[in-house]
Amino acid sequence: MIHVRELTKHYRETVAVHDLSFDVPPGVVTGFLGPNGSGKSTTMRMIMGLDRPDEGSVTINGRAYVALDHPLREVGALLEAKAIHPGRSARHHLQYLAETNGISRQRVDEVLDLVGLTEVASRRVGKFSLGMGQRLGIAAALLGDPGVLLFDEPINGLDPEGILWVRNLLRGLAAEGRSVFVSSHLMSEMALTADRLVVIGRGALISEGTLDEFIADTAGTYVKVRGPQLAEIERVLHAAGATVVPDGEGALTVRGWEASAIGDLVMSKQLALHELSPQTASLEEAFMTLTRDSVEYHGRTTDVPVTTGK
Amino acid sequence: MTTLTPESLRTTSTPHQKSHLIRAEWTKLRTVRSTWWTLSAMVLVTLGVASIAGASVSHSWTTFNVIQRATFDPTGISLKGLLFSQLIIGVLGVLVMSAEYGTGTIRSTLAATPQRTRVLIAKAGVVGALSLVVGEVLSFGAFFLGQSLLRSPAPHAQLSQPHVLQAVVGGGVVIGLLGLFALGIATLIRHSAGAITTYVGILLVVPIILQTLPSSFSQPILKFMPFHISDVMTSTVTVGQGSSLSPWVGAGVLALYAFGTLAVGGYLLRRRDA
Ligand SMILES: Nc1ncnc2c1ncn2[C@@H]1O[C@H](COP(=O)(O)OP(=O)(O)OP(=O)(O)O)[C@@H](O)[C@H]1O
Ligand SMILES: [Mg+2]
Repeated sequence: MIHVRELTKHYRETVAVHDLSFDVPPGVVTGFLGPNGSGKSTTMRMIMGLDRPDEGSVTINGRAYVALDHPLREVGALLEAKAIHPGRSARHHLQYLAETNGISRQRVDEVLDLVGLTEVASRRVGKFSLGMGQRLGIAAALLGDPGVLLFDEPINGLDPEGILWVRNLLRGLAAEGRSVFVSSHLMSEMALTADRLVVIGRGALISEGTLDEFIADTAGTYVKVRGPQLAEIERVLHAAGATVVPDGEGALTVRGWEASAIGDLVMSKQLALHELSPQTASLEEAFMTLTRDSVEYHGRTTDVPVTTGK
Repeated sequence: MTTLTPESLRTTSTPHQKSHLIRAEWTKLRTVRSTWWTLSAMVLVTLGVASIAGASVSHSWTTFNVIQRATFDPTGISLKGLLFSQLIIGVLGVLVMSAEYGTGTIRSTLAATPQRTRVLIAKAGVVGALSLVVGEVLSFGAFFLGQSLLRSPAPHAQLSQPHVLQAVVGGGVVIGLLGLFALGIATLIRHSAGAITTYVGILLVVPIILQTLPSSFSQPILKFMPFHISDVMTSTVTVGQGSSLSPWVGAGVLALYAFGTLAVGGYLLRRRDA
């Protein structure tokens, strides 16, 4: 279990993370989604005690990272930047990490086997392909058999087979009851892997909840309804059991009902309709719509205060 | 998926120990090639200089004048190659820290051991022990090699003579302390090129610049320079009386450099983002 509370981090003028709070519960995969530069890696480094937050706190199983006696046995992480000396062999890299936390050499061989690097274990890491490097990073994360796992963009550089392997690995780890936290800027990938989503933009929380909630809220097919007495239409549809959300631009987003049924119902109540159009939004579009403001915002300015989009 | 077997974890479940960290740092040090390159270079240069010096003095002894013969220090001359080793051990000491930053390994290291002071102490333990042992082996090796090549009529030294043992042991101590000094510099600077430049600058360039200045100004500073201290520590005759520190004080000053930079480096290591 990871608790992130009111985390804020500045790098000089840049606000990398702003007042961010969320949880990573056990037994599920929590996806960490945000556009480039939104602060995912920074947040992960702060969880790992590598970067010091300006404000806020992180606890892992109730304790701060620095208070963990054998951190590798409680938290495993694949961080974005390759954190491996190119001149050292894969086995030696894992061996020194194992030694720091009193983990046996047998376990080093086990994780090498688990990620399929046994045959190249004695080769220098500098000669590894991107995918092999990722696998070694994953092996390091699994070394202490930890209950909490962080992966920063684990599918970077992997081929389709590798992506499938990571997806199954993450789901398997969560099914064993571990807390799995994985970042990505690809909504489509998260839709296949994650049970929960934490979405951030420009360092601030945009949404947190289950994947299903996210999809219900933002994506899929829906009907756009517009009319002069919008509040009345909303009330009628709501009373009839439809999911109705004002889209903030003078129209209603209605889910769970066909356009024809909506039209019939509204007409039967003697209300005028100005628009009644079925819409489809992919998850990717939904994600982009959700984070668009923060992305544009990010491109233009550095020192304007961040507005939380939630 | 393949299940993770936690069996192997339980078998070695022991509380966090310093020996774990020392062992891990030693694994790191011995599993990169740069360690073995730098150590080989030290052996080559130190023993090379000892043999050349021994052979050439024997050869040209007859041409030495009275003063040259009177001040000839067979111990000191056999240890001259240690000056090069002092530069090379700096590269080793720097890389132990700066390569971690250069390659990103520092993130793995600090994630595994978030108690940063302990990490630095383990590194200092390994670097200090390795450079001291290698320094002593080289110093004694160079001494015996150099003496064996000094043929009469050129005199040669024996460990039982006054100050000789102290000078030979001192040669290794200098290497040990300079390895730590380099580690300290790299903990402050964190970049290989910058840290090595700084280290070589302090050892080599600063004394050269000082020598171009009036000696009334440069002398009081020069005697605190590592090369000068090492000269004093590896000689059996008194070098530049009055304008030098004693060998013991010199060793203390080197230790101050080493542990001073390590202390400041450790403070910054705890504060800075990795
Ligand atoms: N060490 C640092 N020094 C200065 N600025 C930094 C540093 N690390 C991150 N930043 C800035 O903080 C912001 C967030 O960066 P971060 O790497 O956390 O984003 P991200 O969500 O991981 O992006 P990506 O999807 O590209 O990996 C960016 O504006 C970045 O430039
Ligand atoms: Mg990132």
